[in-house]
Amino acid sequence: MKQYLLAVQDDESAPPPSDEEMRAQLARTGEVTAEMQAAGSWVFVGGLLPSHATTVVRPGDGTITMTDGPFAETKEQLGGFWVIQCDDLDQALSWAEKCALACGNPIEVRPFNIIPAE
Amino acid sequence: MDLDSVYRAEYGRCVATLTRLLGDIGLAEEAVQDAFAVAIGKWAEAPPPNPGAWIVTTARNRAIDQLRRESTRETRHEQALLLHQPDEPEDVGPVRDDQLRMIFTCCHPALSPLARTALTLRLLGGLEVAEIARAYLVPEATVFQRIVRAKKKIRDAGIPYRVPAAAELPDRLTSVLTVLYLVFNEGYTSTSGELLRPDLCLEAVRLARALADLMPDEPEVIGLLALLLLTEARRPARVGPSGELVVLAEQDRSLWSQELIAEGHELVRRCLRRAQPGPYQLQAAINAVHTDGPATDWTQVLALYDQLLHHTPTPIVALNRAVAVAEVHGPAPALATIDELDLPGYHLLPATRADLLARLGRWADAVAAYDQAIALATNDTERTFLEARRARLAPDG
Repeated sequence: MKQYLLAVQDDESAPPPSDEEMRAQLARTGEVTAEMQAAGSWVFVGGLLPSHATTVVRPGDGTITMTDGPFAETKEQLGGFWVIQCDDLDQALSWAEKCALACGNPIEVRPFNIIPAE
Repeated sequence: MDLDSVYRAEYGRCVATLTRLLGDIGLAEEAVQDAFAVAIGKWAEAPPPNPGAWIVTTARNRAIDQLRRESTRETRHEQALLLHQPDEPEDVGPVRDDQLRMIFTCCHPALSPLARTALTLRLLGGLEVAEIARAYLVPEATVFQRIVRAKKKIRDAGIPYRVPAAAELPDRLTSVLTVLYLVFNEGYTSTSGELLRPDLCLEAVRLARALADLMPDEPEVIGLLALLLLTEARRPARVGPSGELVVLAEQDRSLWSQELIAEGHELVRRCLRRAQPGPYQLQAAINAVHTDGPATDWTQVLALYDQLLHHTPTPIVALNRAVAVAEVHGPAPALATIDELDLPGYHLLPATRADLLARLGRWADAVAAYDQAIALATNDTERTFLEARRARLAPDG
């Protein structure tokens, strides 16, 4: 079994969806999550607030600096993510297709670097 | 025994089987190369009756030994366990399936299109990295890097080694057919330098034959093979004595390979009986008409292009259809069908326009269109051909 991150790319320069659109989107992504849970593929899901609420904490010379904002100031930001477990990339990609259709955003599929258990 | 030709013929098959046994393409390649190194010494005295099976067995045994040595410092139990499963590489069934698995893995849509082509030529065609680099006129290091990255992604991302399920098959098969078609096309009209790279054409035909053998019930697979055979059949007539491009109408038909044409026509008939047309089958049918009898029946070609355009409404198909429209209805209606086409950077659009304009006697417009086409053409033979066409235009009507 492998684990994959399904990261939702959010275009923060696009106009925000209306409340109604937002509710419909949440209903659709909720259905996909429920389907993942029923299939035993679900590990975690979470939606994120926009990047204005982000702080970066950076180590250097034994001290810590804090800066306002995300790692990179680009319009594409991480909007939320699922963590799933499945046999191979094909299964992960078919979940990603469902997620992309449900939320209407691009999904980046990335395998976890699993450290073999002892 | 000629070890080089055995290597070329058996490398891909052996790697495909070892990949199933070892669960990793990189390990499989190492093991197969290892076994060929052993073969150099052993086969000089007594070559085995079945070289492929000998390589698979030797590679598997050497891989088991190596994994046993390594399993103490690295956890590769999984592979080692797989190795203990009884498996008969001599058995034809699973070996054929291994190659099919390998084609689908190499052409997985999660890999970049360039990586798919390079991997297919390396792992299925048995071409060396240097040969692929020469064919595509890119540095060897670039091809090497591309292949290494792709194999790493296959392993790390968990791209499965299997033939896709029926539901995914149409999409995945399209990707496989595209790769084979692109390999052939790159050989038939290279994007730079010389016009033809026959080794790529032959390799694409060989792989398409293998795929058709493995999936005889997929009409588009048969269609692709027929298309490649009917195009390949005309290759000897496509270039004149001094290396110049010869258009279809002016080709010496006695140079065409009647054997390939007969095989292609038979496959097209098989597709027609099945009546599930697709883009490759329709293109094959068009080429069957071109290679049937002493001259092309353009009405039939146009009817097939109408169908193809319906299936694949792309500007390239519309452009090719215009050539048939010109033959059936004349250059003016043909010109009207391509006026709106948008194919930036594609030299054959202005080249086709130039030809139609010349037939209408619009010399100045034709010269301008040829100039445009010449500026966009990337291989020397096509450029020379277009310059000759431009020079042939009647200067003042």
